Amino acid sequence: MALVLTDDERMIRDSAEGFFAEHAPVAELRRLRDSRDPHGFDRALWARMAEMGFAGVAIPEAHGGAGLGMVAAGLIQEAIGRNLSLTPFLSTSILSATLLAKGGTAEQKAALLPRIAAAEIVVALAADEAPRHAPAHIGTRAHASGNGFRLTGTKPFVLDGHVADRLIVAARTSGADSEPAGITLFLVDPKAEGVRVERRSLVDSRNAARVTLEGVQVDGADVLGAVGEGFALLEAALDAGRACLAAEMLGVADRSFALTTEYLRTREQFGRPIGSFQALQHRAAHLFCELELAKSVTLKALRALDEGDSRSAIFASLAKAKVGEVARLATNEAVQMHGGIGMTDDADIGFYMKRARAAAETFGDSAFHGDRIACLMRY
Amino acid sequence: MDETAALAEFRAETRAWLEANCPEEMRQPVRSDSDICWGGRRFVFSSPAQKLWLERMATRGWTVPEWPRAYGGGGLSKEEARVLAQEMRRIRARPPLSSFGIWMLGPALLRYGSEAQKAEHLPKIARGEIRWCQGYSEPGAGSDLASLRTSAVLEGDHFIVNGQKVWTSYADRADWIFCLVRTEPDAPKHLGISFLLFDMESPGVSTAPIRLISGSSPFCQTFFDNVRVPRANLVGERGRGWEIAKYLLTHEREMIGGMDSGAAEGRDGLAQVAKRALGLGEDGRLPDSMLRTDVIRQEIDSWAFALTMERVKDEAKAGQGVGALSSMLKYYGTELNKRRMELMMSLQGTEGLLWEGEDREGDLARAWLRSRANSIEGGTSEVQLNIIAKTMLRLPAA
Ligand SMILES: Cc1cc2nc3c(=O)[nH]c(=O)nc-3n(C[C@H](O)[C@H](O)[C@H](O)COP(=O)(O)OP(=O)(O)OC[C@H]3O[C@@H](n4cnc5c(N)ncnc54)[C@H](O)[C@@H]3O)c2cc1C
Repeated sequence: MALVLTDDERMIRDSAEGFFAEHAPVAELRRLRDSRDPHGFDRALWARMAEMGFAGVAIPEAHGGAGLGMVAAGLIQEAIGRNLSLTPFLSTSILSATLLAKGGTAEQKAALLPRIAAAEIVVALAADEAPRHAPAHIGTRAHASGNGFRLTGTKPFVLDGHVADRLIVAARTSGADSEPAGITLFLVDPKAEGVRVERRSLVDSRNAARVTLEGVQVDGADVLGAVGEGFALLEAALDAGRACLAAEMLGVADRSFALTTEYLRTREQFGRPIGSFQALQHRAAHLFCELELAKSVTLKALRALDEGDSRSAIFASLAKAKVGEVARLATNEAVQMHGGIGMTDDADIGFYMKRARAAAETFGDSAFHGDRIACLMRY
Repeated sequence: MDETAALAEFRAETRAWLEANCPEEMRQPVRSDSDICWGGRRFVFSSPAQKLWLERMATRGWTVPEWPRAYGGGGLSKEEARVLAQEMRRIRARPPLSSFGIWMLGPALLRYGSEAQKAEHLPKIARGEIRWCQGYSEPGAGSDLASLRTSAVLEGDHFIVNGQKVWTSYADRADWIFCLVRTEPDAPKHLGISFLLFDMESPGVSTAPIRLISGSSPFCQTFFDNVRVPRANLVGERGRGWEIAKYLLTHEREMIGGMDSGAAEGRDGLAQVAKRALGLGEDGRLPDSMLRTDVIRQEIDSWAFALTMERVKDEAKAGQGVGALSSMLKYYGTELNKRRMELMMSLQGTEGLLWEGEDREGDLARAWLRSRANSIEGGTSEVQLNIIAKTMLRLPAA
């Protein structure tokens, strides 16, 4: 398919942008942060996202979703990035929904997917254990017990962990700590005995929690996918998440660039707009080019997922690596070109830099994905 | 892919035709300038295969696949032309003909030329009969091209041209020149320029080669001493040549910028070269980890750039293009290509330093040196950034 948005996709993009600009602009992030909101997001907004069809955008229609796929999901996440909106969209509508749709039994799908599409629940993925993303590195153990398993281990960084109604936990049923084989995914009730959830406060005001599992009993029906073969499923969901994070970072970079060029046109020093200084013009023009590249790799990654392209993992990594760098450059330049104002909490621009950093670290930064691309291409 | 039946049929036919008609020799990588077919009255083919390949492709109009058939083109749609390009890449077929006529003058004539000018010049470009050079830059007019001073004064039915051009690529081998001249000396600088075509054999034209850091002399100083040019060779209106000049530059820039774009598919990628040069370690990775990182970064950017070329084309086709992206493609593509050549040199280590010898030793070093010009020719990187700042970002004038 052509590397261009269809008319339908353009409509989704416009309605998502309008929606988040109206209901969850940067001022809303500020309000939630300053009031130390216990949930860290607005459940009413989440419910509205269901009305818009966003919460279930990538969930098949048979399970109550819109069945629109990853390009549409990416466009929503891009608008989230542009407005720095706080929502459980990534954890629930992308990661968990993908895992359930691809790996769930009929019962699991029927029980959870329609409720995600209706924004009735938040489902969080508890996979990563190392501070630097290493998806196969799972030390959490699942020992056979009764007709199920007992889970023990620690997940230090679970997005939306403290507001989750359900957790999807990656644990090891066999194998050594960093082997892809032997990983199994489990549906876990965070209120079950032995689960401890502690909220952690992050630089970008997003939601994350440390989840500790101490001999948590789950039964066989809570296994998601095949025992010992969870890694491929996990990677498929992570690739969807990575492509959507690239889309979010694109939104972050694009808006912070727009704010910056506007500032360059209006702020005056030495009796003229600072945007007339060539030193700044060239850096801005370079950034413009980088943003064009970021747009291309993001769309390609999302399309490749929808088309079931055999290289979709490579394209997801390409997007995550490239857009992560572009968003870092865009937001760093934004702060620099705003001068002292850029360092103040009153200016929005700092929020963009914080989010760019956090999103780049999530599910693999450029170094991780550069190495992954090279390994997938055998060098 | 969702290719229509007609396009799939075109692909099958094209593939079969190329298989049958592209000589084996023309499927080898282009390693130096002598492998390139430039055409022209005095062109000496480097092999019978090169000549045959040009003739066969020209007969189909496939040296210029998208030009109208009436002017020697293939009359292909954008989709068909893309299929042809893909199929040529598939068998690594060399371009049958490369020329300034194809890349630059042709598109400008198609848009601004008179019917007589199109009928006269386009078919000769398509068949590789006439080789063109570009008379833009002057000693005092490089980045500030519009300050050019070569004059053309109308006397009866002829313009009398006097002045000097510089950096005129292949002026000593070209048959004709498309030349920017000042016809209105008193008008504001952008409004006094005209676009003229003339034969390099006209009395009063002389050239002097300039030797480059790569050791070759592909470009010249070009002098005009009372050269008589028929009035009919003026393209467009008198004094309105700047618009044509800029339009032509957008084509030149896209062409130069596109040199890195084969990265994703087909071309022997940098990673392949790196693997051959360095081998793989026990962990399946290139053994020199810093160099590996550089290769990865380069491949990521090259791939992202190739996808951007694809997206820009797709958007233009869908009528969604944002317009003047040629400066972006020129700037980014050439900077990438330079970086790639630096890495190619690093990968070969001291072997890359060889200058003269058997089996084309020195090709790589020369290609590396040549690549440094990419961000100068056709408007420097700095000039492209100025254009982006002004036209895309609407930043205030310096
Ligand atoms: C291999 C090669 C082939 C060429 N072929 C042709 C040809 O066939 N026909 C032809 O007409 N010309 C040709 N050129 C000439 C080319 O277009 C010019 O060299 C180019 O436009 C730059 O002009 P200049 O060399 O006078 O450099 P200058 O304009 O003097 O530039 C010197 C430096 O100053 C910088 N600079 C200049 N102005 C600005 C500004 N406003 N802001 C910031 N920086 C600035 C430039 O970016 C550059 O780094 C060729 C050049 C090369 C290298």
